[in-house]
Formats: sequence, C-alpha cells, structure tokens
Amino acid sequence: MPEITMPKLSDTMIEGTLLRWCKKTGESVLIGDLLAEVETDKATMEMEAFEEGVLTEIFVEEGAKVLVGAPIALILGKNEKKETVPSSSPMKQAATTAHKAPLGEPSKIALETSHQAVPRNAQEPPVRILASPLARKLAVERGLRLETIATQGTGPSGRILAADVINAPLIPKGSLDQDGASRRAPILPTVMSDNPHTEVGLTNMRQIIAQRLLTSKTEIPHFYLSIEIDAAPLVAFRKEFNATGNKITFNDIILLAVARAAIEKPKINAAFGTTSIFEYESVNLCVAIALEDGLVTPVIRNAQNKSLQEISAAVKDLAIRAREKKLKPEEFAGGTITVSNLGAYGIDQFFAIINPPQAVILAVGAIVKKPVVNAHDQIVVGERLAITLSGDHRVVDGALAADYLSALKKWLESPRRLLVL
Amino acid sequence: MTRIMTPTTTDLDQAAYAPINQAWSEEEKIHALREMLRIRRFEQQALKFYNQGKMGGFLHLYIGQESVAVGAASLMNGHDEIITAYRDHGHALAVGMSMEECMAELFGKATGCSKGKGGSMHFFAPDKHYWGGHGIVAGQVPLGLGLAFALKYRAIPGCALCFLGDGAINQGVFAESLNLAALWELPIVFLIENNGYSMGTSLERSSSIATCLAERAAGFKMDWDVVNGSHLYALRAKLHEVMAKARSTSRPSLLEITTYRYYGHSIADANHKKYRTPEEIEAYKKNYDPISSWQEQLMQEGILSQALLESLDEAAKLEAAGSVDFAEASPWPEPSTLFRDVYAEVDQGSEAGRLGRHFFSDLNAA
Amino acid sequence: MPLITYRTALNQAFAEELSRDESVFLMGEEVAQYNGAYKVTEGLWERFGSKRIIDTPISEAAFLGLGVGAAMMGLRPVIELMFWSFAYVGFDQIINNAGCIRYMSGGLINIPMVIRGPANGGTSVGATHSHTPENLLASTPGLKVVAPATPYDAKGLMIASIRDQDTVCFMENTLLYGNIGKVPEGSYSIPLGVADIKREGTDVSFIAHGRAVLTALEAAEMLQAEYGISAEVVDLRSIRPLDEEAIFTSITKTHRVVLIDENKPFCGVSAQIASMIAEQAFDELDAPILRVTALDAPAIYSMPLEKLQLPTAERIIQKTLTLF
Repeated sequence: MPEITMPKLSDTMIEGTLLRWCKKTGESVLIGDLLAEVETDKATMEMEAFEEGVLTEIFVEEGAKVLVGAPIALILGKNEKKETVPSSSPMKQAATTAHKAPLGEPSKIALETSHQAVPRNAQEPPVRILASPLARKLAVERGLRLETIATQGTGPSGRILAADVINAPLIPKGSLDQDGASRRAPILPTVMSDNPHTEVGLTNMRQIIAQRLLTSKTEIPHFYLSIEIDAAPLVAFRKEFNATGNKITFNDIILLAVARAAIEKPKINAAFGTTSIFEYESVNLCVAIALEDGLVTPVIRNAQNKSLQEISAAVKDLAIRAREKKLKPEEFAGGTITVSNLGAYGIDQFFAIINPPQAVILAVGAIVKKPVVNAHDQIVVGERLAITLSGDHRVVDGALAADYLSALKKWLESPRRLLVL
Repeated sequence: MTRIMTPTTTDLDQAAYAPINQAWSEEEKIHALREMLRIRRFEQQALKFYNQGKMGGFLHLYIGQESVAVGAASLMNGHDEIITAYRDHGHALAVGMSMEECMAELFGKATGCSKGKGGSMHFFAPDKHYWGGHGIVAGQVPLGLGLAFALKYRAIPGCALCFLGDGAINQGVFAESLNLAALWELPIVFLIENNGYSMGTSLERSSSIATCLAERAAGFKMDWDVVNGSHLYALRAKLHEVMAKARSTSRPSLLEITTYRYYGHSIADANHKKYRTPEEIEAYKKNYDPISSWQEQLMQEGILSQALLESLDEAAKLEAAGSVDFAEASPWPEPSTLFRDVYAEVDQGSEAGRLGRHFFSDLNAA
Repeated sequence: MPLITYRTALNQAFAEELSRDESVFLMGEEVAQYNGAYKVTEGLWERFGSKRIIDTPISEAAFLGLGVGAAMMGLRPVIELMFWSFAYVGFDQIINNAGCIRYMSGGLINIPMVIRGPANGGTSVGATHSHTPENLLASTPGLKVVAPATPYDAKGLMIASIRDQDTVCFMENTLLYGNIGKVPEGSYSIPLGVADIKREGTDVSFIAHGRAVLTALEAAEMLQAEYGISAEVVDLRSIRPLDEEAIFTSITKTHRVVLIDENKPFCGVSAQIASMIAEQAFDELDAPILRVTALDAPAIYSMPLEKLQLPTAERIIQKTLTLF
C-alpha cells in the first residue's frame, strides 16, 4: 500500500505533530530512510520509511497535528500507480484540511475540521456492521467492539453471529497493526528438499489460540510465583471421599479450593480494563481442557457456591461436550480465573500464559513423592504438589498474589473444609 | 299526515275495563305517571348537557315514547326479563335504575352504571332483569331468544320482552329469531316500537308492507298484533295478554306498538325535521303525547290533582338536575380500570385468570 | 391408558360436563339426531335427550346470539359451528355481543359460553369452507381462543373451556378428528394459557398450534435425521390467553425461531407472536424470526395444490436450514 499513515510511536499515542519532513516530494526513498520527525505526547520521535519508492505526495504540512492512522504521504514504488483514494474516511479529511490551519491551535482545529469534514451528501454511506442481537449482547458483555471482528461474521451477508463473538480474540487484531509489531515480517519455516514436511492447516481454534497467546505474552507484564503444597492431606481426603461412591479427581478439589480462596482474597478475582480494574463478585472458573486441535477453556460459573460433586460433574460434562464440540457460546463467556493442570502428564511445575483479560492463571503440577524436612528437622518421605501463579502485574502485585497462594495452600492442606458450603 | 292509529273512545274504554287495568291500583297508576315524568325530565337534562359537550358519542332520546317502557315494566312479574336496543334510557329508568347512575354513565364517569365503559347505548341492570342497551340494530334480538330459552330451560314462570325498532325488522337475524322462537316455542314477546322512522328512512321506504310490520309473523306461524302505545291502558291490555300466553304456554308473540319520537334518531340527526314535517311532530305532541294523555286520564278518574301533578313534575325535574350534579362531581375512571371487566376470570383473580397473557398492550401486560 | 380418537376425546369431555353440570347444553346443526356432522357429538342425544342436545335450523346468527343470551342468564351453552367458516354470518353476535357485553356493562355480566367447531383447510372443501379465524377472534379482547392438537389436549381443554367464566372459541380440525392418542378416562382439565413442549430440542424453536404442531414435529424428525439439527416444538394450545413464558424460555435456549401456523400471513397468529419475540426476546436472537404460514390466496380446491398451500414439513425444513 503506497499510503503512509501516522504511526503509533508509543503505546499511549493518539495523535502526533508532524514537526519536520526529512524528504521532499519527488525524492526517492529507501527502506530505513528517515521520513519525518514526529512529536508525540512523550517525546520527539524519528519516523522511518518502511516502503521503497518515490515520495510522490505529502498530505500533511509541517506543524500539523494528525491522528494516529491518518494518511500523511504517498510513496509509490516502481510499478505502482496512484489509486483514487476514497474520501470516505473522516480521519483523512482531518489530515488534508488540517495542514491549511495556522500553527498554534492544532488540537482545536483538528477537531473542528474533522467535524466539518463529514458533509452529508459528499460521502459514501459508512459500512454497517451486521450482527445478530445475541451477538451484540455477547460482544458488550465481553467488552469487544464489533468493528474489530467485522470481517469474521459467518452468518448470511457476513452477519456476525454469537459463535463469532465467542471465538473472537479479546484483544482485537487491529491493535497489533498499530503497534507495528505485526509489521515485522514473520520468520517462516524453510522448505527443505532433504527434509520433507506435511503442512497442517491452521484450524479456526488454532488461529485464535495463536492470536490470543501472542497478545497475552507480548502485552501483559507477567510475573510468576510458585508455592509447594503438602499433598498428603489431599491424597487422604480424596481416598476417603471417593470411598463412599464419588469419583472426584484431584483437579476437582483444586478447582473448588481455588474458588474458595479467591472469595477470601477477592482482589485476585479481577480483570484489567485499561482505565480501571474490574473486581468480580463471583468466581467463574475457566477449566483448561485439552482437545486434539487445541485448548479450550469453558467456564464453571459461581464455582464458590458449588459442592465438590457439582464441580466434578460439571468438569466431566464440559470435557465430554468439549470433545463432541457441543459447548455453547455462553459457556465460554465470563471466566474470571483459569486453572490449567498438567499433573496427569507428569509435569512437576510449569508457568502458564494468562488468559486475557483475567488477572491470574494457576498452573498445577503433579503430586510427587520426595524427601522433605519435617517439623522435627528429619528427612522423611513427603508428597508435594507445586502450584505456580502467573499474574498480570498491572492488576495484581507480588504481595497480593503471595497472600492468595497462601490462602489456597491452607485450603488444600485442610481439604475437609471444602465440604462446608 | 299522521300514521298513528287513533284510538277511539270505545277502544280506550274497553282497554280501561280490561281486568289487568281494573286491577291496577291508584298508587300504581300515579306511579306510572311519575315514571313517565322522570324519564322525560331525565332525557331533557341529558339533551341539555349533551349540547354542552358533556357527553361523547350518540344520544338517542326516548322523549315521546315513555308510555311504552313504563307500560311494559308495569306488567313484569319478577320472573320476566327485558332487553332493548339503543334507545334504552326509558327502559332503564322504568325497571328501577337510578337517574344518578344513568347520568353518570352518560358523562362517562366511574360512578356510571357501566363504570363509564358503556355509554348511552349500554345501560344494564341484571339484578332488575334488564339486559341492556345494545348498539347494533337487531343485534339484541337473538339475545332475547337466549333469555327466553333460559327461562324455559329452567322452568321459570316468566317471559322475555325483546324490544326492537321498526328499522330492525329488516335485519336478517330478526327473521331467524322469529323462526326459532316459533319453532322451539320460546316464551318471548317481540315488541316493535314503531315510531315510523328508521333513522331518516320512513316505513314506506323501508318495509315492503309498510302499513303493518307485525304481519310478517304470520309467515312464521306466530301470533301477532298491533297496539297503540301512546295510551297505557291500551298498551297494557294487549301486552298483558301476550305476556300471559308466553308465560303459561311458552308461545311467542310479535307485538307492533305505535309510538312516536319528538327528536331525531339521535341528537346528531340534523334532518329530523326534513324527513318528517314539523306539522307532524307538533300534531303528535299536541294530540298523542303519552304523558298528557295519562294526566288527563287520571284527572278524569279523580286520582290526580293539579297540585299532585306539579309536585310530581317538580320532583322529577329536581331529581334529574340532581343527577347531573352527581355526574359532574363524580370522578373519571382510573386508567388502570381499562383492563378490568374484560375477562371474568381475570377480574375474579382465579387461577384461570392468572395463567397466560390476557392483554397484549402497554400499561398492562397481564 | 386408553388410546382414543380426538373426536372421542371431545365426546367424553362433553359427556363429563353434561353429567356434572345441568346448566350445560349443546346446540348446533345436526348435533343431536344426526349424531354430529363429524360424529363428534355421537351418542349424546340418546344419552342426554332433546333438552340438553339441541338441533338448530341453519341460523347461525340467531343461535349464536341465543347462546349469548342464555349464558347471560347463567346457563353454559356449547354452540357448535359445523365449520368455523360459518361463523361469519353470525360474527356480530360473537364479536359485539360475546366479546363486548361484559365490558359495556362494567362487569355486571359474564358470558360463559363455548363456541366450537373445525377450523381448517386441507380437505378440498373450497375457499369458503376452509377458514381458520383464530387470529380474528384472538384480536378481540373479551374472547378466549384455544386450539388443541392432540386428543389428550382436546379433552382437557374442552372441559376447562366449558367451566371457564368467559366465552371460549374452540378451534378443532376435521383432519385431527381421527387421530388417536392416549387419553385418561374420567374428568381432567388442562388450564388455558399454558403451552406444551411436544418435543425438546436445542438448536431452533418451532412455535405452532393445531395441526401445524404435527407438521412441525414431522419436520423436526427429518431435521434431526438428515441434518443433525435439534428442533424444539412448542405447542401453544391456547392462543388467548397466551403462554408467552414458554415461548421466551424456548428461544432463550435455542436462539432461533420458526413460527408455523395455518393462518394466512397478514396478521396471522404467528405475526403477533413474532412481534412479541422481537420486542421482548431481541437479545436472545441469533437469527431473524421466520414464519411458515398458509400461502396467501383463498384456499384452492385442487388437492395437490391445496396441500402445497398449507404449511408443509418441506417448507419448514427449507426455512430452518436458512438459519444455520
């Protein structure tokens, strides 16, 4: 695309002032050349060229305030022609008219011109986003703007349906572009003549998991706290409980303990909302269930009010229906804490990636027998379980997380308390 | 040109000597006069305040026809049922409804006999065996059949008096009803209040046999007769006969009662002095007014003095004026009452009334 | 539990109520000595006699009005219309009298009458004999309207209707009279205003009444077998009063709805319900509200075309597939 737009040079940048052009119209431009100097809210930054060609047109005069994403120049490559740029974008209008305004009152003028720049008759009508009423309701609940998944509607005429909203990543795709992060060309695997490969298509689920985890890992400041639980009471309790005909797993007990501990330490049951933190009243547990083509995290709502048997039944039911692909959209919505358990695979300890916008995720390992130091400073055989909390440092700090893990440890080391509703 | 059958002196004497009239006491005769005066004064007040914009819709005045309702009501035995069309104020008052509840109904107030929900054409008093008050011409006729049917079904010694106008006889359902009444021998008396005009259309322009409307009953093998309705003795003599027959043998009759209305079909009728001549109206008022004739009769009999007449009339006027005050002072119905009196089950708060949605508009989603 | 026909179920309902309450009587054309044009009242005249089971001449306006008058006096008439198509000659009595007298009297009077008869097409009887006026009747406050689809529902609803203090318009169907179903002996009543889930499902709600319920069930079977789509069938049973809770509960579960009725499309029963769903269950909808109704022309005589004209399982399936 030959159009150059105002880049987002800081995470909080909304608009920039084009202080100085470093190239003139007609000059040729190479990738890496300095195009302009831009003043952001924080500092003056250099803007480099990512396109090669000739700087054919400059839309914005020096001194103009321009919104992030608004077109500022045109660089045409060898074989490119100037496209008829649609005049529908009000931001473009803001940019083109802004450069006529005098310096000194840029913000006011930018706003005024952007307001004037929407003459009713001159424009093409804005494209309506089609979405079912249910999809709209779910989008509001999930804090998702429909514009960000406008191209992903699977209904008639591209209508966004409930399932599309449920499957959409919570951090919109578009924001990556503004970071410039996805502008870096991905490093692709090589085709090797001496090492044949099969190309496995990305399922919908895989694609979404890829997006979400990338976002989570790059945008959320993760920190990790581990705690070791004395698992002997847990093992004894489960044996005793299942002797009366129940069939609960260790994970069922852990899930309930996570919920009950979260009610005691409510600040952990939270989510980051950019300008605020949402502290929830109910603990809706996301239970990680591994499927063939990826991981799903359906929700058990109000886990703190459920009995052990109810949790166990819910997990079994979700697992069966997840495998049969019979989970409903509403069963994915509203999770507040995720628990992932790799104990069955023999993993001692691991560090999970947070499921945004939740504040924490808990990684549960296997119960292992190991030599431990007892109260009398003797080395004896003990059973131990490692739980690692990954926390979003914007919402939760170390002390809070540690406090929570301490509470969780107490629950897990006296599991009989879980029977009292 | 008057089409009214002029009762001869002999006819009247005969009528006066009919046992039913001989048995009529002095008090009862005065009472009949009182009732006719009350109806007239009520109707006059209604007219006055209709013209002041206090009433909506139509107003069909009974002025000139008072003797018919009063005469019929005087013959009811406590088991008889009565129903009429929309010119119903006279019948309502004659069976004992109060002026207050009737006037309040005309004003559309909550204290009206139908709580303001019916209006002029829909006065009802089941406790007085009075079943309305109906707006659709001849719509009430089969209802009358139903009243008679129920009396017979329950072996109650009464009859149904079903009033209709001269215009209604040409509605299809009237013929159906004559047939059914005769076929099933229902204890019903159909009473055609023939005031000569069906709104603006005279008898000659409405009915193929204009000179005698009741004659068509013969086509259904039903007894019929014609009677002068302007004189109570004449009316009572004939009517009593057919009512007694209905009660005891369950055989129906059709009675054509000649009468006259001074005003138009309704107050909105601007042509009532065009489709009739003013002379005709005046002639009736002068010669056949039922109240005047009854006054004269009672004075002749020595029962009525001028003083008594005046006091009766004054009382009627006061009562009528009082009913207007009552109506004025009464409150409008509450908007929430819009949805009451639609379904008995809902009003009674029964289980049936609480299950499922009964109303589909705002203000009440019950 | 006995397996009996829809008509026998009605017959039993009449017998129960005639025995229980002497104020109940049946009236209509051919109901007594002929044993009913469709044999619905068979045997009743023999058992209860001419006072309670009454043949009428062809005078709908008169005997409908007679029913209203008798009901005003406290009797409980059950008036038969040989076809609901014949109601129109007596519509004044139904709408203006049965429908309005209570209101116009300010609640002094109630009219506990049942008007019943078959309301259906599909039998090549032509345009004037195939009407389904439940939508016209249901738009009259003061009247109640029910339309049972099964023998069990027919008996229970008839008993409830006869006992109801208001006028109930009871819509039967000549094509349902011969259907059999399990019906308890003795007396039981099904309250008005309560729908019935005839088939549970998860993917789409079918809302229907009368014979369209059976067509909907047929379509649901096929959708499950061929397409793996699980349809829930809600049988309204009662049109006014209407069980809107049942409708919304189903839609909250499935998020998609197809309304099916034999009315013509303009202002049919399904049009009213579609409006209610759009207003009150908007956020639950993942797809537009669809309707399958009779095709919009007078009922045609020619047999194969009349079949097409009524809602068919094929049309229901086609419409449903557009939702997925």
